[in-house]
Amino acid sequence: MRFSRRQFMMSATGALVYASSAGLLKRAGIAAEEPIRVGNILDQTGVLNIYSLKQIQAVAMAVDEINAAGGLLGRPLELFFYDSQSNNQFNAQYTTQALVRDKVQVIHGGITSSSREVMRPIVDRFRGLLFYNSLYEGGVCDRRHVSTGMVPAQQLEALIPYVMNELGGKRGYILAADYNYGHITAKWMQKIIRDNGGEDLAVEFFPLDVTNFAPVLSRIQEAKPDVVWSALVGGAHMAFYRQFEQTIGKKNMLLASSTYGVGREQTQLSPEEGDGIYIATSFVDSLPTENAKSFVERFQAYVGNDEYVGEYGEYGYRGVTLWAEAVRKAGAADPDSVIAALGGTQVEGAGGLYTIDGQTNHTTMDIHIVRGNKEQSFDVLKSFPQQPPKDTQLVCNLYENPNDTTQYEVQID
Amino acid sequence: MALRPLGMQPAAEPPKWWWWLFVVAATAVLFALPSYIDIAVQLDMSVIFVLALLALSMSFLWGYVGILSFGQTAFFGLGGYTYAIAAMNFGETTGPLIGAMILPALFAGVIGYFMIYGRVSGIYLSVITLVVTLILEKGVRATSGEQFVIGSVRVGGQNGIPGVPPLQLPWDPSTSLFIDGVFYLSAGALVLVYVGLRLLLLTRFGRVLVGIRENERRTELLGYDARRYKLAAFVLAGGVAGLSGALYGIWGSFVGPEMFGLGQAAQVIIWVIVGGKATLIGPIVGTGLIQYLTTWLGTQGVGQVSLVLGGVLVIFVLVFQQGLLPSIGLLLAQITGRSKRSES
Amino acid sequence: MEQVAIYAYQIGFSFSIFILISLGLAIIFGMMGVINLAQGEFLMLGAYSCTMAAQAGLPLWMAFIVAAIVVGLFGIIVERLIIRFLYGRVVDTLLATWGLSLFIVGAVTSVFGPQTESVASTLGNFAIGNFTVSQYSLVMMVIAVALLVFCYALFRYTRFGLLARGTMQNAAMARGLGVGTDRIYMATFGLGSALTGLAGAVLVPITGAAPTMGIFFIAKAFITVIAGGPMPLLGTISASGLFGTIDGIVAYASSSVVG
Repeated sequence: MRFSRRQFMMSATGALVYASSAGLLKRAGIAAEEPIRVGNILDQTGVLNIYSLKQIQAVAMAVDEINAAGGLLGRPLELFFYDSQSNNQFNAQYTTQALVRDKVQVIHGGITSSSREVMRPIVDRFRGLLFYNSLYEGGVCDRRHVSTGMVPAQQLEALIPYVMNELGGKRGYILAADYNYGHITAKWMQKIIRDNGGEDLAVEFFPLDVTNFAPVLSRIQEAKPDVVWSALVGGAHMAFYRQFEQTIGKKNMLLASSTYGVGREQTQLSPEEGDGIYIATSFVDSLPTENAKSFVERFQAYVGNDEYVGEYGEYGYRGVTLWAEAVRKAGAADPDSVIAALGGTQVEGAGGLYTIDGQTNHTTMDIHIVRGNKEQSFDVLKSFPQQPPKDTQLVCNLYENPNDTTQYEVQID
Repeated sequence: MALRPLGMQPAAEPPKWWWWLFVVAATAVLFALPSYIDIAVQLDMSVIFVLALLALSMSFLWGYVGILSFGQTAFFGLGGYTYAIAAMNFGETTGPLIGAMILPALFAGVIGYFMIYGRVSGIYLSVITLVVTLILEKGVRATSGEQFVIGSVRVGGQNGIPGVPPLQLPWDPSTSLFIDGVFYLSAGALVLVYVGLRLLLLTRFGRVLVGIRENERRTELLGYDARRYKLAAFVLAGGVAGLSGALYGIWGSFVGPEMFGLGQAAQVIIWVIVGGKATLIGPIVGTGLIQYLTTWLGTQGVGQVSLVLGGVLVIFVLVFQQGLLPSIGLLLAQITGRSKRSES
Repeated sequence: MEQVAIYAYQIGFSFSIFILISLGLAIIFGMMGVINLAQGEFLMLGAYSCTMAAQAGLPLWMAFIVAAIVVGLFGIIVERLIIRFLYGRVVDTLLATWGLSLFIVGAVTSVFGPQTESVASTLGNFAIGNFTVSQYSLVMMVIAVALLVFCYALFRYTRFGLLARGTMQNAAMARGLGVGTDRIYMATFGLGSALTGLAGAVLVPITGAAPTMGIFFIAKAFITVIAGGPMPLLGTISASGLFGTIDGIVAYASSSVVG
């Protein structure tokens, strides 16, 4: 068994025991000031915790680092954590509790789109601020909401031309998870493939509990595409990557994905099963930059193990540091002042430069094309600097409509 | 397989004076409460009231008619979706709220007819209702595509429907209920349904139901068509569960496929068992306790909430066999020496 | 001909998955009448036992056996500590096993973390005409059929099978005839658990092992066993055959959304 006692304690008691301890605040000499309250609502329990656990620890680490460096505006941060237990009902209850009772200045959290859509109206109603640190389908236009993760066009406009032109993947077969994200991502895949002169042979959607992919693998063999595009999501769909390798094999057909790797999928597959999958990402542990190396080292020291960190973990750290930068820029921590300062806020983070796009409150970031390798990690092939959240920019302009709170669906023809 | 006879059978005795006092006092407290507690607590309590309605609909059927409907969540979810889709299409909410009771009741009528008139009973009936709700869940989850639209509303599949409109006052549609309004609404609905069901059990209809639970054959020999009564009770419970679902949608401004799911279905049973199905008040207490416990645990940094909750449940079954309230009742009776039961 | 072979393969593969996930439940729920909501978690424990055994260096087939033994023993412990107090109390069993299922998921997540663990099968693939299919799926079909034959023979032709069937039919009578029904219940529950653990292990190269994998299978398993009706073993076979055929044909033939 590959776990230490410390690791057990970490996962058993949660990251909270390490975060924002009174001693740490005292050493930093900022304990006397009224703390700035930060809320974090994520799923420590239940089916979604595969995406949340690293992020919970990363948020705690970011808060501790800020406190160790003297706090924000001379005030310490105080972290309030709520375990939403993979149940949207708790997202609603804790969002209200965080804003009304615990009076937090910002909430980081929500993993799924549905949980975000439950939290967002509450945040709007109580004039709070929500940092949604997750990969999602794009289109949310709300000044009280900041998205720090990738949206489909941002990712795919780098990935698809690369795979088509450099690797010869002209004819694609698209597989996506059967929910909002999958449907929208599949449409963007089709559009970008066609715009680049390729061919999309088929699009198929899979309910999130499907584990038997034998039928579609036979259909893929019938259609004979150059590349299979995957926007599959969640634990059950991991079975696809295993069965693909057992049946067709990546040496015979290209495999590229918009979702693989963000939830540390490669650590759950054998080296052979993960070797050779192409993805577009804003952060992998193996990025050859000083910032990335330093982040991974600090994180592993913080949690006391040397596990792969991954994109969702980094999102949490990214969200807190971007918010902290906006607070410094605003000179105040209350939501309305911070919101006014959001546009153009920049942080040189682990995955490159992050810039909040004031038009959409989404994040402009570097996108890296990487390929899975035999060490259950990724080789970086090419980086595309400063990719804007193009799809959401098409439908959202918070400068013109500051009171907009809609989630738009980008119409793709 | 027969259920072991319970030590304490729910009886339909006329309520004593102190019961009326309790109802009046509880109502008064509930109405005064929002002035003293913050809205986060109001929100937490409202959802307990809403879910307690669902627990009531099950315990009424189970404790008094002897039908264990594992799939009350089918009507719960249906009520929620009916309200959400109708209210978003029509821009008016009173009709949709009523519709959210009628449609699930009709649906209960249809599946109830086939089960009850088909003489399906016992554990098979329970399991069929469970399968119905799981099929509905699967169906709703498969509606992510943009072709699944009812009126102007996307059904939304996995993600459910966000932005369910709040209830407007029937006499003044421009005023929508805020959190305290939802508190009054859900508390009021719970008190009304509770008192209504309690009094219903005193009527001839209620007595026949209890008679059926005690001995269906004998009741039929006495000239009552047991199937008709059972179906009526099933429909009524479906309507109550539908109301609960609609209020849940109003409470959180969202409905989702998880409302139909196995997790939700099992939770309802847990609330009812923890509180004890031998009374109507028990399930309300059970819902409150479990909901409070899980909400509180989620903020305590205990790690895996399910670890604690699961342990509590196992111990519960082994120690409090009758459910919490009846167990406490028995204990009190023993302490005061007024127990009529022999301590065997 | 090639199409026929592919259809046969799809059906066989679906069938074997249905058999694997529901065979243990057919015994525990179908025969014993215990509604075990932790069934999915037994499956998950089997998957984890297999993964750990394989990571410790055992060959895969031995890891399967380890998983069956571990989960079988675990089932016996659960039966002794919880289930045996609850025979005949259908609903209490339901609640207790639901609690147990939450507990196991929480415990496994605490110890192993939420991520999937996995073992890859080293078998390759082979061709049917223009198609290739994984050899491991054939192994799964063989195991599923072998388990079926084993269970049928066990309950039909052995003394234990006779005693078990008698006890489930009329425990008082069996006791009266001098059968140690307590032991029989324990052994039968252990057998059902072991089969479930083995199924979880066999599924590992396909699905991996994750703390929450149980919920993907529990509903399917219950529906299969219930659809099978009052004769647990034969019923489950026929229901699995039916569902497997439907699943195999529909999933393969359903036209994808060509856009």
